[in-house]
Parts: sequence; C-alpha cells; structure tokens
Amino acid sequence: MVQNLFYFFSFLAVLSALMVIISKNPIHSVLYLILTFFTLSGHYILLNAQFISIVNLIVYAGAIMVLFLFTIMFLNLKDDEFVGSRIWYNLGSVFIVLVLAGLLVSKFAFAPVTVADEASMDSQIGMVENLGQTLFSRFLVPFELVSVLFLSAMVGAVMLGRREKGEKNF
Amino acid sequence: MNQIPEIFRVVPVNNFIVLATVLFCIGILGVLTRKNAIIIFMSVELMLNSVNLLFVTFSSYKSDPAGQVFVFFIMAIAAAEVAVGLAIIVMIYRRIQTTDVSLLNNMKG
Repeated sequence: MVQNLFYFFSFLAVLSALMVIISKNPIHSVLYLILTFFTLSGHYILLNAQFISIVNLIVYAGAIMVLFLFTIMFLNLKDDEFVGSRIWYNLGSVFIVLVLAGLLVSKFAFAPVTVADEASMDSQIGMVENLGQTLFSRFLVPFELVSVLFLSAMVGAVMLGRREKGEKNF
Repeated sequence: MNQIPEIFRVVPVNNFIVLATVLFCIGILGVLTRKNAIIIFMSVELMLNSVNLLFVTFSSYKSDPAGQVFVFFIMAIAAAEVAVGLAIIVMIYRRIQTTDVSLLNNMKG
C-alpha cells in the first residue's frame, strides 16, 4: 500500500517536472510546478514529516507560485520556442544531463539497500512540537537572521521594482 | 504512540535518493535548454525542492529533526530569493521588452 503510494507520487512528480520544462506556455509550466509541489508534499506525509508538508504547500504552492503567476500575467509573455536555432546546443545539454543522471542513478540504485534502524527510530520528530523545540534552541540565531534576510529582500525587491524617473511603460 | 510507520520498513532510502536525483537532473535540463528567464527560475526551484526531499528523507530515516529545520530555512531563503529574482526579471522586461536570456547581451565585450 505505502509502496504503491510512493511509486504513484514519484511517477507523478517526475512526469509533472518534465512537463514544467517541456510545455511552451509559461502558465502551464507554473501549474505543473504546483502539481510537482503537491506530490512532494505527499512524499513528506509518507515520510512522517507533516509540518514540512504543510509548510511546503503554504509557502511554495501558495506564496511563491502565486508570485510567479502574477509576474507572468503581468509581463504578457509570448510563447518562447523550445528548439529554434540552438538545436545542437540543446542536444548536447540533453546528452550531458542524461550521462549525469545515468551515472548518479546507477550509483545510488545499486548501492546496498538501506532501511531505517528500528531500534533508534522516533516517529514523532516531524511534528510541530519537536521541530519547534529544535528550531528555538539549537537554531535560534539562524532563525533570527532569516528575519533580517527577509527585511533586506523586501527592501531590495521594492527598490528594484520601483519605476525609474522618465520611464513611461507601466 | 511511538509506532514506526510502515514506509521505513518497505521503502529503502535508495528509492528516495534516485527520485531526488531524477528531479534534480530535470531541473538542470530546464536551466540549460530553456531561454525564458522565468522558466529557468522555475527549474532552479525544482532543484531546490529535490534537495529538500533529500533532507527530509535522511532526517526521517535517521530520526534527526535538524534536517527538517534546515528544509524550513531553505524554504524561507527560497521565498526571499524569488521575490528579488522576479523583481530583477520585471526590471529586465522594462528595459528590453522580453525575458529571453539569449537577448541579454548588452555586456558582450
């Protein structure tokens, strides 16, 4: 049962990830990317990481993808052509990526099979309580630094997006 | 309370590693072949997510919450990165009316 769910989610994730880079319309790409994020959230639930799963849905599928959709609709893009004049370049990159994927997958797929050590297993680590305790004790300083990063990112985005003097288009 | 979920017994770590590798390679392929800056950006997000999957996998299999906290940080930083990156893309679009990265050759020497 769990195995079948794993293979189902994996198949869907790989398929929708491929569709992200194949589809010509950027809006279709965004929708397929959202589907990929949903399947990854399914994986996180299978892995007993409920908090990360929900945060993945809220932050990635909710906030970041809406930002992408907003920008794409804002910019009024035309479909860009996939192959065009760069056919040799594209074939070369497909070849290189296939070689890389083949090397890595053959290395990992035939490694000695590892399952979890049941004696030291704690099924509660993905819960909010445990993660919160770790986040606010061991990782307190990075957590505060992230807020500074957000502040600077916000200021940077506002400064970059501002209309410059003498510019007429939107 | 501390019942071990079935997945840790029936699905080996290797399957998750292979899945994350495949997703990462698809992301690389997108960065290399597409010309639209927004699609390239989305491929980078895909690569970030495959790495997140690896972190959560190892964290769950080894019962160590640090990996999942790290995923939390990666998500926060990805959100900040997307905000700035999309602002840059909008700025480029204002300048040259396209987001095709092959046309960004103003600094060609």
